[in-house]
Amino acid sequence: MEMNQQYLDMFIEESKEHLQSCSDNLLVLENNPEDLSIVNEIFRSAHTLKGMAATMGFEDLADLTHKMENVLDAIRNEKIPVNSNLLDIVFESVDHLEAMIMDVAEGGDGKRDVSETVAKLKAIEAGELIPSQTQSQNEVAADVATEEPTIVRNLIYDEYDITVFEQSKEQGFNVFEITISLRPDCLLKAARVYMVFEVLEKNGEVLKSFPTVEKLEDEQFDQSFQVTFITKDSAEDIQKKINKVSEIDRVEVVPLTKEMIKNSSKEGLVSNEQEEQTTQQVVSQSPKATEKKANVQKDKNASKQSSHTKTIRVSIERLDILMNLFEELVTDRGRLQSIATELNHSELSETVERMSRTMGDLQNIVLTMRMIPVETVFNRFPKMVRSLSRDLNKKITLNIIGAETELDRTVIDEIGDPLVHLIRNSVDHGIESPEVRRANGKPEEGTVVLRAYHSGNHVFIEIEDDGAGINKEKVLNKAIAKGVVTPEAASMLTDKQINELILESGFSTAEKVTDVSGRGVGLDVVKTTIQSLGGSISIESQEGIGSKFSIQLPLTLSIISVMLVEIEEEIYAVPLSSIIETSIIKKSDILNAHNQKVIDFRGKVVPLIFLDEVFEVPRTEEIDDEFLSIVIVRKGDNLAGLVVDSFIGQQEIVLKSLGNYLKNIFAISGATILGNGKVALIVDVNALMK
Amino acid sequence: MATVTEQENIKVIVFQLEDKEYAIPVTNVQGIERLMHITRVPRTEKYVKGVINLRGVVTPIIDLRERFGLPPVEQNDSVRIIIIQLDDMEVGFVVDSANDVIDIPVSSIEPQPEVVGIKEEAFISGVSKIDNRLLILLHLDKILNLSE
Repeated sequence: MEMNQQYLDMFIEESKEHLQSCSDNLLVLENNPEDLSIVNEIFRSAHTLKGMAATMGFEDLADLTHKMENVLDAIRNEKIPVNSNLLDIVFESVDHLEAMIMDVAEGGDGKRDVSETVAKLKAIEAGELIPSQTQSQNEVAADVATEEPTIVRNLIYDEYDITVFEQSKEQGFNVFEITISLRPDCLLKAARVYMVFEVLEKNGEVLKSFPTVEKLEDEQFDQSFQVTFITKDSAEDIQKKINKVSEIDRVEVVPLTKEMIKNSSKEGLVSNEQEEQTTQQVVSQSPKATEKKANVQKDKNASKQSSHTKTIRVSIERLDILMNLFEELVTDRGRLQSIATELNHSELSETVERMSRTMGDLQNIVLTMRMIPVETVFNRFPKMVRSLSRDLNKKITLNIIGAETELDRTVIDEIGDPLVHLIRNSVDHGIESPEVRRANGKPEEGTVVLRAYHSGNHVFIEIEDDGAGINKEKVLNKAIAKGVVTPEAASMLTDKQINELILESGFSTAEKVTDVSGRGVGLDVVKTTIQSLGGSISIESQEGIGSKFSIQLPLTLSIISVMLVEIEEEIYAVPLSSIIETSIIKKSDILNAHNQKVIDFRGKVVPLIFLDEVFEVPRTEEIDDEFLSIVIVRKGDNLAGLVVDSFIGQQEIVLKSLGNYLKNIFAISGATILGNGKVALIVDVNALMK
Repeated sequence: MATVTEQENIKVIVFQLEDKEYAIPVTNVQGIERLMHITRVPRTEKYVKGVINLRGVVTPIIDLRERFGLPPVEQNDSVRIIIIQLDDMEVGFVVDSANDVIDIPVSSIEPQPEVVGIKEEAFISGVSKIDNRLLILLHLDKILNLSE
């Protein structure tokens, strides 16, 4: 088969995307088995995939997709109801498809024995395996539909909106339709819209708007727009509050009634936009009017999200090359800076200064270009949790929050496996079985929350479960039995430290070894991987209530800010991320406690670490200075003071490894090349504070 | 050695330590550098001098005198760093001087003679005698073996 590599790459990429969207939507469908619009989404992905596979000549792939498509078609035409067993088989097909694509990506022919799955799919299609309960809530909506078009109202409600409306009413909220007209001479329409929305969001919740928020932001509307608004306030209050925004011509607040909803949920699309009408035709073959609306609405939203930014695909290798070249530049910039200072040449200094600023911007761009949303790692977890919980007979929902949080590609590449470990751990050891949960007065269904967010120069990823928590006594006993800690040391540990014992090597709490997790290797590997990424992990846990694993990761691994310090002739770099502050103390302020020199730093006792001793720096003569320069560093909640000869200053440096020959050097995490061309070593604060 | 024919030669870099000449196959040599600033790496073996900036790559340096248990010398202009590549490792050897690139016939290589008592013995893979010069061929992987 003669095939253009370029097309093949594109095919693989797009197939992966379609399969991902299939999996995502299947999970959504499982929770909303009645929502046939989701089936349509899946059907479309599968259909595109089939077409592409057939064009590229991967017949097995096309064939399996075709069978899957048949089942999906039957579902959306309501010939077969959706249930977990059926979805299992569809998931199985998606797994096979993924495997085939992977095979193609690795240069294979995408062939795979899928006869079993195909047989199952055929059986479903033929109507076997179908439990009898068929129900559709959509018919209700369709029945009440009557022909009564309204004139000015543009808002259209789907089933979701109706549910929200009903719930809000039940909870004593008012639901209004507000029509806001701007003055004809209004210049900054988007700004006014923004201000109106801000007022509204302070007082309640905007359910819907016409035109959509995106269009409003792009000023794609005339003088007026409408929103559906849920609030506790009265109509007059709302009207007054909105009128406070300048350049508003008129505000009309009308309470939303059931009749209005019914009318607008069945009335034809008022808008005459071409796009909407065509989508309507393509998308819905379903006979029910309400569904049509829902489909169109969803489809519109989906296309809106993707149409906003134009992107091109760039291979990761190219970005890596760009990054390497940029790193060279950073080193040279350092060199230029030191030359400029030496020469004391003002024009040169100015140019270097300007170049540095441009390079700062460039660095931001290069770094953000390599940023990928953690979604790329997270999106495999819903399926994993689903199948794990079915294997273990547990009921578990996985909530993912902040999947859009971005991280450097190098970190993304490494973080997948540790997260798999931690999630498996939560699912296997954290969440109890439904019976136990019921007995303990908890809901049968356990929850695992996977959360990612930015904070400062770090990204945090948290895995939180509402399971059994960590049994501290058991952990301690086991740790002592396994020799992880001595009994004497154990009595000194804080709760948090006890929890974190489970991350030590040679420790595994699972009483029985299961397939899912716990072979004695595991969590300590997680800890090592995260530390090698320059991150840290901590555990909070309350027995009976749940546990939270927090991972802190640096935004990027290749360029970091450091404080350069000098000891005798040698220069060391201390990462700024672990520095609290620098300070100069009197020698007489040093106290002795248990053979350890400490200082009183803002009311805290902070141990001193003499870097010249740790690094065995050769001294030409004893220094006897009255003052000591100290870098206060932090690891978790613990502080320590690194004693150095002098501070040189803060600098951005490129992280380099010491090479394969020098591995595991104590308290040195890497090296960098300074402006003068010499190598400086980077201090590993975590190792120093063990 | 029986299978090798008389004609086959290997190209080696010859360098000097104390009063002896040593040889390393050119295939393992990346380049020869003048002595430059070496940054000491703490808590390593004594023969690990530190690391240098080799055109942007941080490269570890081994002092062969120290490694062979020879006394240190005053640093002078002829001292060179030979950059060696072995498997995925790149390291530099500090030597007294690097003088020559020569071809030596494989047939001239003999197993190391039974000399006793010197530390470098363990690193010798063989000797070759060419026109009154005695070249000592080295076991690179044994020199690099940190666990020793």
